[in-house]
Amino acid sequence: MKTVEKHIKEPLFHITRRTDMAPLKAWGIRFLAIVAALIVSSLIIVTITKYNPIEVYVKMIEGSFGSERKFFILLQNTAMLLCISLAVTPAFKMKFWNLGAEGQVLVGGLASAACMFYAGDSLPSGVLIVIMLITSVLSGIIWGVLPAVFKAIWRTNESLFTLMMNYVAIQLVAFFIMLWVPNGSSVMGVINQRTGAGWLPEIFGQKYAVNLIIVAAITVAMFIYLHFSKQGYEISVVGESENTARYVGINVKKVIIRTMVISGAICGLAGFLLVSGTNHTVSKELAGGMGFTAIMVSWLAKFEPVMMIFTSMFIVFLQRGAGEIAMALRLNESVSDILTGVIIFFIIGSEFFINYKINKRSKAKEAK
Amino acid sequence: MIDTIFAFINAAIIQSIPLLFGATGEIITEKSGNLNLGIPGIMYMGGISGIIGGYLYEHSVASPSAALCIIIPLLSSIFGSFLLALIYSFLTITLRVNQNVTGLALTTFGIGMGNFFGGSLLSFFGETGSISLIKTGQCFKASLPFADKLGVLGKTFLSFGFLAYLAIAIALCTSFFFNHTRAGLSLRSVGENPATADAAGISVTKYKYLSTIIGGAVAGLGGLYFVMDYTGGAWTNNGFGDRGWLAIAIVIFAIWRPTTAILSSFLFGGLYILSIYIPRLSSSNKELINMLPYVVTILVLVIISMRKKRENQPPASLGLSYFREER
Repeated sequence: MKTVEKHIKEPLFHITRRTDMAPLKAWGIRFLAIVAALIVSSLIIVTITKYNPIEVYVKMIEGSFGSERKFFILLQNTAMLLCISLAVTPAFKMKFWNLGAEGQVLVGGLASAACMFYAGDSLPSGVLIVIMLITSVLSGIIWGVLPAVFKAIWRTNESLFTLMMNYVAIQLVAFFIMLWVPNGSSVMGVINQRTGAGWLPEIFGQKYAVNLIIVAAITVAMFIYLHFSKQGYEISVVGESENTARYVGINVKKVIIRTMVISGAICGLAGFLLVSGTNHTVSKELAGGMGFTAIMVSWLAKFEPVMMIFTSMFIVFLQRGAGEIAMALRLNESVSDILTGVIIFFIIGSEFFINYKINKRSKAKEAK
Repeated sequence: MIDTIFAFINAAIIQSIPLLFGATGEIITEKSGNLNLGIPGIMYMGGISGIIGGYLYEHSVASPSAALCIIIPLLSSIFGSFLLALIYSFLTITLRVNQNVTGLALTTFGIGMGNFFGGSLLSFFGETGSISLIKTGQCFKASLPFADKLGVLGKTFLSFGFLAYLAIAIALCTSFFFNHTRAGLSLRSVGENPATADAAGISVTKYKYLSTIIGGAVAGLGGLYFVMDYTGGAWTNNGFGDRGWLAIAIVIFAIWRPTTAILSSFLFGGLYILSIYIPRLSSSNKELINMLPYVVTILVLVIISMRKKRENQPPASLGLSYFREER
């Protein structure tokens, strides 16, 4: 009689979690991921266009750094994306998935535009700007805190709630534009073109300088808030484990609502900067998808405000660079979305190798 | 007046079909605990892949046959959505990275692919103008031969291409699968509590992969319906609009039930075009009417969370990745 040998199947890989990777090594892995992403992107570019990929990348760099004007546009776009990324960060650290930054920015911008439209001729510009700032921040807070209240009390799914609030905001903007523009066109022209009432002033001869300074201040403030304040610590604890937070006596509901007030307020401020400092008008595309891109920027930077300066600049560089190659090589502009997508896939994929350790099945065990 | 109402119902059903495909696909995905926010991108990809397949076929033969005009775009559409869903599955299930970030990146990528190939496919072949696949569009639009003979009722309820019926059939089959099959029960258990399912010997990884990929392919058909049947084989950049997000809204509105999704899609399809059919509506109020689908979705989301009925909740592990060694 044959004896049936008991065979225990052991998987080829054994995956364990790890938290001990040195930060330098972790950033090394992320850098490798970007290099791999650029190689894959160049393969895509070559197969589609038959152009030399190095030529394409040189064009991209020219598109962002080619002239002083291009460089300042790069800085301005980076600042706005950074501002929105900073806004969503405290909520994400708390594991509150605020996918509604787009809408919060939009209502902020809408409030500013409304002030400019209705009070542009009756108030001095300085007073007007202060009122615009306050109303924008308040509208951003309302848009952000509504899902937070429902999440805190009834545990309503916040990612779906905030997502829907975006479209309510978009339609609201469309409604007011239709109301304000008399001839039925859906495009709002520049508001107060003649008087410039409610426009942020130029300083140092640069149009966007005020935006840059304000965003720089927010970056520093957010860094201090998250790392050196009691509230910042509470956010991290709630994000790690709500049960632990409750156990040590943190009022979780209060933290959720308070954090979303901050998140919404900064988004509203971003809307104000976009209307008052950059565009001087409002449209459905005011936030231009930045509310969603900001989520990726914040996540790529591991919720670190200082790292976000680099990640947001990197994403803006990609988008502007891709716009440049699209023009130079007569390609469709959407090539930038494809490249952004590929690069983000690689970077988020690389997180696996930072957070988990792959143990191969050992030979010795197999022989046993 | 009566004619307007019938025209409205007909238009609402036409609008609802891409939404229904998207919603059914997302329900299949979410039942496994994966919140795939890449569905809008996948739907663009499904549309453009169908266009590419149809274009290559229609322009390589002198007289394209009707059967191949349908089969080739159908398969290439499924293949396109399959690839995107596979990227999402690999990143979120095998590499366990954040689902929201992956989904949003996938949407950016998918819409980029759609607009890129839609905008430059012709120039690759040295042509100019915009894409229009007349023959393929006609094949997809072909309705039941007796529909026109049944008067206004036939015109309103039966004058659709085959994809419209397929959408409803898929939704009904999905509902049957969830509620009356063993595999459906296992899938739901994976979405509710993967650790328990794992302990019961259900392969969490297999179920998550299969449901995400099949769900993606179903959603992609919504994009195919839009480009082939609705626009008759033509592509315009961003023409599909925000219908992908509306499909995700329907999933909530239908409280994760495919049969309810059919009726919800009709309702949302109607709301989507309601503003065109209300007489003497100012253009600003039209925009307010267009807000309705989203407001209604928020209300449903709030109400189901307040009532706390267990059978109406989202899958409990929605949005979380599963790692066996971390409980």
